[in-house]
Amino acid sequence: MTVELRVLRYDPERDAKPHEERYTVEAGPMDRVLDLLHKVKYEQDGTLTFRRSCAHGVCGSDAMLINGRNRLACKIRVDQLGGRKITVAPLPGLPVMKDLVVDMEGFFAKFRSVQPFLQNESMPPERERRQSARDRARYDDTTKCILCAACTTSCPSFWARPEYVGPAAIVNAHRFIFDSRDDAAEERLEILADKDGVWRCRTIFNCVDACPRDIHITQAILEVSSAITGRRV
Amino acid sequence: MIRDHDALVVGAGGAGLWAALELAKAGIDSAVLTKLYPTRSHTGAAQGGVCAALGNQEEDHWEWHMFDTIKGGDYLVDQDAAEVLAREAIETVIELEHMGLPFNRTDDGRIDQRRFGGHTRNYGEGPVKRACFAADRTGHMILQTLYQQCLKAGVRFYDEYHVVDLVTEGGELGAGGRAAGVVAYRIADGELVTLRSKAVLLATGGFGRMFRVTSNAYSLTGDGVALAYRHGVPMQDMEFYQFHPTGIVGIGILLSEAARGEGAYLLDNDGFRFMERYAPKLMELAPRDMVSRAIVQEIRAGRGIDGKDYVYLDVRHLGRKMIDEKLPDITDFVRVYQGLEPYTDPIPIQPTAHYAMGGVPTNMLTQATRDAANTVVPGLSAAGEAACVSVHGANRLGTNSLVDLLVFGRRAGRQMALDIRGQDLPQVSEEVMEPVRAEIEAIRGRTKGERKEALRHELADVMMDDAGVYRDAVGLERARAKVAELRARYENVSVDDKGTVFNTDLLEAREVGYLLDCAETMVAACINRKESRGAHSREDYPDRDDVNFLTHSLATKGADGAVELAYKPVTITKFQPKPRVY
Repeated sequence: MTVELRVLRYDPERDAKPHEERYTVEAGPMDRVLDLLHKVKYEQDGTLTFRRSCAHGVCGSDAMLINGRNRLACKIRVDQLGGRKITVAPLPGLPVMKDLVVDMEGFFAKFRSVQPFLQNESMPPERERRQSARDRARYDDTTKCILCAACTTSCPSFWARPEYVGPAAIVNAHRFIFDSRDDAAEERLEILADKDGVWRCRTIFNCVDACPRDIHITQAILEVSSAITGRRV
Repeated sequence: MIRDHDALVVGAGGAGLWAALELAKAGIDSAVLTKLYPTRSHTGAAQGGVCAALGNQEEDHWEWHMFDTIKGGDYLVDQDAAEVLAREAIETVIELEHMGLPFNRTDDGRIDQRRFGGHTRNYGEGPVKRACFAADRTGHMILQTLYQQCLKAGVRFYDEYHVVDLVTEGGELGAGGRAAGVVAYRIADGELVTLRSKAVLLATGGFGRMFRVTSNAYSLTGDGVALAYRHGVPMQDMEFYQFHPTGIVGIGILLSEAARGEGAYLLDNDGFRFMERYAPKLMELAPRDMVSRAIVQEIRAGRGIDGKDYVYLDVRHLGRKMIDEKLPDITDFVRVYQGLEPYTDPIPIQPTAHYAMGGVPTNMLTQATRDAANTVVPGLSAAGEAACVSVHGANRLGTNSLVDLLVFGRRAGRQMALDIRGQDLPQVSEEVMEPVRAEIEAIRGRTKGERKEALRHELADVMMDDAGVYRDAVGLERARAKVAELRARYENVSVDDKGTVFNTDLLEAREVGYLLDCAETMVAACINRKESRGAHSREDYPDRDDVNFLTHSLATKGADGAVELAYKPVTITKFQPKPRVY
């Protein structure tokens, strides 16, 4: 079938502001939006610019706004989008570098701010540190994050206040706060108790809808805020 | 502009990140360059597990792992290197756990382990539980964990810097010269930057994008291997390229061997577990080259599903609990990309181009070597899929790619830290970037020419059809002629995007050039190897020939640009070559 792909484009070397361009492409129902973008780039207009790498939803390069919702272009099929018109725009709330490419530095800076690495300064045993399957399950869900930024850039609280650390950073803090092997939960909770930390979450659930890894993000945020509250009691 | 670091790591997958971590620990001023963001690297796509003879589930020994690796590689493995791999697998996996990797756990809290193809107990008696795993996203967790630790250690990253040339001092690398840094293209604004260093590690991964159906990311275009080749370093064992048996039909996305490790079946059109015809003892857990050939044979015999070019992977009998706990990602792939429900539907699969056993030749210390005498190239190292140590020989066992990048990534960082002690920074002039600047400007400046994607597409077709699972002289000669034609046309490649900001059109054109280098040497090495061994299956030479071909190939770029082939002996220590039956 024929699909009209409407792409919000912007080239800082040529354009004063973003504008929509329309492309007509042949597509099958199982084609992904990334396939359509490639068809345009390879066959019609090589200047169309977007990031991508693995093309199956594990590297996190190609998050973008597709029909008004944050999606990975490689993980959303034409048949899931219903009609014959598909709109594509860059992730909201981050500076656009060119076409669908946004500046990720601010996003990664927030990720780094929550100390997203295991901290345990005790002498490690000769073999593995033991961890029960139950303790392992405590943070399993938040280990799935691929840092695609779909959640954070879908969040109205983030749009309203760009200083908000955002769901992705909280998810990654959760991954360590609830890991029985980690010793730095207190420090992370202190960081997230800041005015631009977890309290900015208004449980709007946009992040949950956007997450291509089906992480229960709002639940993770609630668990972190409960931990902060519990700590203060 | 020239920037200085004592050591540079090109590529931010598992090998590059672990090397960077070791350099940081040693207090070396170092930096990692990646054309992506580190967490986008393809290590993150590895699924099933990483083998180490921990013996957490049943008796196991590193000697068994070493033997399996050698036999799996059809005896082309350098056995001293396989010993290092199997021994150090244990300590690197434990170290990863200490770094925080969330391995699945046994009932008593130790690292859980499962079966994987070709990994056996007691030198081939039957499958053994050796693969340590984090659900079916083991590679994702390795990549994340190493990146996290790099952040903790303060590693310097140049994200979205595409390395476009190697800098040398004192002549080309094939003739005694020393690696002295890299030229990188800053993707954000098109600026070329020279980075000078005492040591360079190539950890750029493989080149699966030369094939039509591949599990590899778009970014896997052989950049580091090709750049080294252009400066005189050989490519080793290029004829050995692994096709993974279970790729999603048509698009090649990998469905992990872990499915079969947990008990999944391969079925033909009659619902028969056809591996019984090929590997009655290990069945579905035979090594990948054998399973891929078996699938092609079944399809040729008309036993593909409805006579078509695929067979079924069947996980239905494993039950929902096991599927959800141990194979969540790959079943998600099946739902998204095939629209099927693995609980109730068998999954159509076919072999997919997956892994390069060949690459930049190195010794066990990861130092690049340039000839049959293993003469070291000063300042240059390689690790991970870009390198050929050789621990995989003619066919890599499942999980051993992760073992390789852990063991030799760690070794690379440690060795570079030793190698640069007492060294001065090389002499590098501002003009060193001019040749590659001219190449880039030629592509950008050409108003009308060959479209890069058409070239890549034609390359992918001929490599898939004529240099794939099965090969013969007629097909390979066809491939050689086609690659030569594409090379000539590539001289006239042009792009639509003439800009400087985030010009992926231009960089993709460069990548096609790297793929052509890799394909050209692969085809030449295939033509010359008149035997069948591991992943290299010649229909016109169906038997292994240890008298003439128990030897590594080295493909070098000759003075006239043509591929020149030489050979070097395989190191055999404990295990004499035997027929390979499973």
